[in-house]
Amino acid sequence: MNFKNLREYLAWLYYQYLLITGIYVLEPWEKSIFNSILFSVIAMVIYTSYVFVPIHVRLALEFFTRMFGGQPESTMTLMT
Amino acid sequence: MAYRTVFLAKLPFWSAFFHGFLSGVLADLIVNTVEAWINHYPLKEKAPVQRPNNPNVPHNPSLYKKPFVESFEETPLMVAVLTYMGYGILTIFGYLRDFLRQWNIEKRHIARERDEQKDFVPLYQDFENFYNRNLYIRIRDNWNRPVCSVPGPKMDLIERSTPNYNWTFEYTGRVLKDVLNLGSYNYLGFAENKGPCADAAIEATQAYGVGVGSTRCEMGNLDIHEELEQLVARFLGVESSMAFGMGFATNSMNIPALTGKGCLILSDELNHASLVLGARLSSSTIRVFKHNNMQSLEKLLRDAIVHGQPRTHRPWKKILIVVEGIYSMEGSIVRLPEIIALKKHYKAYLYLDEAHSIGALGPNGKGVVDYFGLDPKDVDIMMGTFTKSFGAAGGYIGGKKELIDYLRCHSHSAVYATSMSPPVAQQIITSMKIIMGEDGTTLGADRLRQLHENTTYFRRKLHDMGLIIYGNEDSPVIPMMLYMPAKIGAFGRQMLKKNIGIVGVGFPATPIIESRARFCVSAAHTREMLNTVNISDSWQSKYVRRLKYINETLTYYK
Repeated sequence: MNFKNLREYLAWLYYQYLLITGIYVLEPWEKSIFNSILFSVIAMVIYTSYVFVPIHVRLALEFFTRMFGGQPESTMTLMT
Repeated sequence: MAYRTVFLAKLPFWSAFFHGFLSGVLADLIVNTVEAWINHYPLKEKAPVQRPNNPNVPHNPSLYKKPFVESFEETPLMVAVLTYMGYGILTIFGYLRDFLRQWNIEKRHIARERDEQKDFVPLYQDFENFYNRNLYIRIRDNWNRPVCSVPGPKMDLIERSTPNYNWTFEYTGRVLKDVLNLGSYNYLGFAENKGPCADAAIEATQAYGVGVGSTRCEMGNLDIHEELEQLVARFLGVESSMAFGMGFATNSMNIPALTGKGCLILSDELNHASLVLGARLSSSTIRVFKHNNMQSLEKLLRDAIVHGQPRTHRPWKKILIVVEGIYSMEGSIVRLPEIIALKKHYKAYLYLDEAHSIGALGPNGKGVVDYFGLDPKDVDIMMGTFTKSFGAAGGYIGGKKELIDYLRCHSHSAVYATSMSPPVAQQIITSMKIIMGEDGTTLGADRLRQLHENTTYFRRKLHDMGLIIYGNEDSPVIPMMLYMPAKIGAFGRQMLKKNIGIVGVGFPATPIIESRARFCVSAAHTREMLNTVNISDSWQSKYVRRLKYINETLTYYK
C-alpha cells in the first residue's frame, strides 16, 4: 500500500468510508443526501463545541476553585 | 436396617433424629455423586478424561488418525458494530426508497400487488422482500453472470451493463476472455470439453442419443445405468448403489422414502436446503443439533432414547442422523469418527451427504470416509452428487443391497423422474475410472495430488495475507470473511476488473453479519493462476489480530 501523493491517500480514505458505512451500494443522489446530512451534523458539533466548550470549562474551573479555594479565604477574613 | 434401629434405641431422641437425617442425606449425596459420575462418561470405550467445552476441539482424539485442524475465528467486536451500523443506514435508505415507490414519486420496477389485493394479506412486506428490493438488487450484477465457455479453470463471461442500477441488464457486446474461475465446483478439473471424458461422452451420444424418454421403472433403464451403478458401488466400497438424474432430487425424494411418521431425524444446523426439504417432506420429527457439535448431538440422542416420542413416550421407530461431508458455506469437515462411535453406541442410522467431499477428500479421492480411514460399511446411507468432482450432473445413494432394492421401488425419484442422460452417465463412468486409476494412466492420482497441493497453498497464502478464513485445513472450499454488506458487491466487482471471478455470499445463505466470499480451488488451477489472486489492502478485511503481532516481531528482529 504505497500512496504516491496525498490525493491518492484521501481517495483511499473516502473509499473506506463508503465501504464501511455501506454507502457504496447507493445511487449518487442517495450518497449526496447522506454525505450532506453527516457533514452538517459534524459542522454543527464543531461549531457548538467552539462556542460553548470554553465557557463551560471556565465555569467548571470557577466552581471547583470556589469549593476548595474559597474556604480558607472566608476564615481569614473573619479572623482579621 | 436392623442395626440402625438397635443403635438408635440406645440414644436420646434428638441425636437419633440427627443421625437418621445425616445418614439419609449422606446416602443421597453418595448416590447422586456416583450417578453423576456414571452419566458423565456415557461411552464405555472412553477413558475418563476431562471434556473441554470447546466445540472446535475433538472430544475423543484417539479416534482420529491425523490432526483435525479447524478454525472459525470470532468476529472482531468493532467489525460487528460497524456491520450493524452499515445495515442500519441501508435500512433507512430502504424505507426512503419504499416510501418514494409507494407514493409514485419514483418509477417502480419491482413486482407489487394490484389495487384489488390491497385488503388481503400483504405479499411483499416481510424482511426478505425488503432485503431483496433494497440491498440485493443494488449489488446483483455480481451474480447470474452468463458464462459462454466451459467453466474450467478459466472461463469467458459476457459483459453486461445496466442503465438503471441493476433493475435491467443489457449486453454490451463484449466478451471477457479468460477470467480465472474460483467459483465453479470443479475440484478435480473434469469440467473440460477435450480429453478422454469428452470423447467417451460423444461416443455415448452417438450410441444412445441424449434423451432417455422414460423413468427408471418404466423404459428408462439403460445398460449404461447398470454399469454406472456397479462402478459407483465398487468406487465407494459398498454393496450396491443407485444413481439419479438430479442431486437435489436425490436428497429431497429419498429421505421421505426412508423415514416417515414416528421416526426422528437429527440434522445438523447448517444442512443444505435439499436435506431440509427431504426431512420436512417425510413428516418425521426433526431436531437440530449445533453445527459439528458432538456434545449437542449426544444430548439429543440421549433425550430421544430416554423420552421417546413426544406425547405417547413410545420408542422412536428409527433415528436418522443427517450430516454432510463438507459444508460448503463454512468449509468444515464433519467429525465422522465421533459420529460413527455415537451411532453404534445408541443404535441410530447415519445418512452422509458427500456432495462436496466425494472425489475431493481422501488419499484415493473416495470422500470423507477415505479421509478418516474408516470402513464404508459403518455409514448406512452414503449419498453424493456427481456435479462437483466428476464434471457431470446427478446424484447417487450407496449402501446395503436390501436398502437399494427397497429404494428402487419406493423412491419418488426412481419411480417418477426421468433417468440420467447417457452422455452424462458416460462422463461419470470415464471420470470415475480415471480417479480410480483403472484407465491405465496416473491422471487421477496426479489430479488428486494437485488438488491437495493447491488447497494447502491457497489457504496458506490467504492466511499469510491476514484474512480470516473459515474451515478445515484440508477442505478445498475456502470462505473468506467480508462481514460488511457493501464489501460483497465491491469485492466482486474489483475482482472482475482484475479478471478473477468469485462468488460472494450474503444474507439468506449465511447469518446476517457474516457475509463472505467463497473460493473453490480446483486441480486444474496452476500455481501461477493462484498467484494472480492478490487481495490488496484496500479491503481492510485483514482482521486477523495475530498478524499485527507477527509484523511487529519481524521488524524487531530485522
